[in-house]
Amino acid sequence: MSERTMAQALNSALADALVSDDVVLLGEDVGRTGGVFRVTDGLQERFGDERVVDTPVAESGIVGAAFGMAVAGLRPVAEIQFMGFSYPGYDQIVNHVSRIRNRSRHRFTAPLVIRIPYGGGIGAAEHHSESLEAIYTHVPGLKVVVPSRPVDAKGLLTAAINDPDPVIFLEPIRGYRAMKEDVSDDPYEIPIGVASIERTGNDLTLLAYGAMMRETRQAADVLAADGVDVEVIDLRTLVPLDTETILASVENTGRAVVVHEAPRTAGFGAEIAATIAERALYSLKAPVERVTAWDIVVPLRRAEKHYTPGVERIVAAAKRTMA
Amino acid sequence: MPHDTLQILSPDGALVGDPTIDLARTRELYAAMVVARVYDRKCTAMQKQGRLATYAPFEGQEACQIGSVAPLAPNDWVAGTYRDAAAMWFAGYPMVNLILGRTGDERGGNTPAGVNVLPPSITVGGHMIHAVGTGWADKIQGNGRVSLTLFGDGATSEGDFHEAMNFAGVFQTPTIFFCQNNGWAISLPFEQQTAAASLVDKAVGYGMPGVRVDGNDLLAVVAASDTAVHAARNGEGPTFIEAMTYRVGPHTTADDPGRYRTEDVTADWLKKDPIERVRSYLAKNGEWDAAWEDEVSSEASQEVEDAVAEAEALDPLSSNEVFDAMFAEPTQPLIEQRGMLRRDG
Repeated sequence: MSERTMAQALNSALADALVSDDVVLLGEDVGRTGGVFRVTDGLQERFGDERVVDTPVAESGIVGAAFGMAVAGLRPVAEIQFMGFSYPGYDQIVNHVSRIRNRSRHRFTAPLVIRIPYGGGIGAAEHHSESLEAIYTHVPGLKVVVPSRPVDAKGLLTAAINDPDPVIFLEPIRGYRAMKEDVSDDPYEIPIGVASIERTGNDLTLLAYGAMMRETRQAADVLAADGVDVEVIDLRTLVPLDTETILASVENTGRAVVVHEAPRTAGFGAEIAATIAERALYSLKAPVERVTAWDIVVPLRRAEKHYTPGVERIVAAAKRTMA
Repeated sequence: MPHDTLQILSPDGALVGDPTIDLARTRELYAAMVVARVYDRKCTAMQKQGRLATYAPFEGQEACQIGSVAPLAPNDWVAGTYRDAAAMWFAGYPMVNLILGRTGDERGGNTPAGVNVLPPSITVGGHMIHAVGTGWADKIQGNGRVSLTLFGDGATSEGDFHEAMNFAGVFQTPTIFFCQNNGWAISLPFEQQTAAASLVDKAVGYGMPGVRVDGNDLLAVVAASDTAVHAARNGEGPTFIEAMTYRVGPHTTADDPGRYRTEDVTADWLKKDPIERVRSYLAKNGEWDAAWEDEVSSEASQEVEDAVAEAEALDPLSSNEVFDAMFAEPTQPLIEQRGMLRRDG
């Protein structure tokens, strides 16, 4: 056990994985500098520049080359520096990575992980604060994982690397160093597709993932102080979604508030709200609330606070469902 | 011509250079080109009968496709396009799989173990980097395999061409970039595809050797490909080959070339037919006669007809099966959706 930030927990998962000769890390600046967020710090020194590779600046090339490596039997882990830079690789992801298993009926597979830091909150430049996870959850053939804390980050990344299918692994930028937890020094997996009930309660279900878990946990504390018995679910995996856990919780509490920092329209919250409406409508005591960012370009640093949902907005939505 | 274009056989079948393969091997490759043409014409005919989805004929490009694959070993990688059926087949992709794919059936991509030929890329240009990735993996694993990618002149305008060539150069992957410059990208002529005088000029920009060959000359294609494959296998990195050829037919069966090009140019190219050229060469050397031609043709027809029969005998994927190959195991949401389809039809 060591106390680790999420960045350090991810580094630990990658170091464990690199012990296997099949695993290769590739991306921009992942080697010498250890990546723009230092997640791969020290790994090139330890495992060599053939296994931890600094690539030219070309996201389609990174994803496409990782795809070819995976098809040929390696387990590549590609890093894209920011979600806003992942779009040049989107063609490779949608037209090749996600569908090779189906278009060859299992003959060829692409067991690769694409790590993408996402989300705002650090006052970065334009294109550096995006939270468009829905463009990945909408693509058949991809698994989409979003950890919110160090222990989950290591276990989920290990599971993603070992998974036989492609995984989009979204890392909350402002969560990289936001908290420390005791994380095992040994390899372990947290299964993909299983949500975590972080806090049990009977009045209301708060559902969130990734970076927004911090505000959601704080909102739960505020609500609890007001006497609301809150259940908090960290989805951890968006695809495949753990609907069983979500529905069981909402059927008990009768109230649901979904939180994300992605734009509102066709955001992943809509999928959760629709699932609850289809399958737990008669358990509801109030309409499902969505607490989201807006359908606007992420405002730059000085006005960014208007964009990302804060504790107050989550509490306000929760109270509306309790009214 | 800004560059020398390697030619070993003149259009009338006379040697103008030194062949790198003997007459026995030339006969094998000739027979393969005949099979390819029979397959190609059969597919066009079947599409007109409504038995295939849209088909992209490769007539005129048989020397490119058979010749570029000829130096490969059985486990080498091939990443080609919808127009590269002859190359795929000659690299081991079963003909029944090719036909299945064109009937609109994903099982076409399910090739036998050990045949490392990827299903054809349908989008233009995205697959070249895959041959960099497979080659890179082989280099890391030290197993001596090479990766061949085939594409057309149109694909060189895609950004992914640049990224693939650049990665191959930087990481010295054992990749052979084989461009069939057939003059047309659907309706766009080569002159509007690029301001470059030739595509082979681009190789220097990526730090790799480039060679231009007469793509309708089987012996030239084989010679250039053989050199490139040897270099790749010996750790000397990638090669770019530009093969000058011509798409005699339409882009696909849905296309009408009469809207954008005149038949006189096509007629000129028909005189440079890659199969007739080798036939003349073999005949001049006493290695061809009509009886053997009949034998090769009838074997080709039999192989194609057998593959068609086998493909058409297969029932389409069931409503259950269409959910089965998205992941190694269907996820819970897919299991639920399969149930919905079963429930409501």
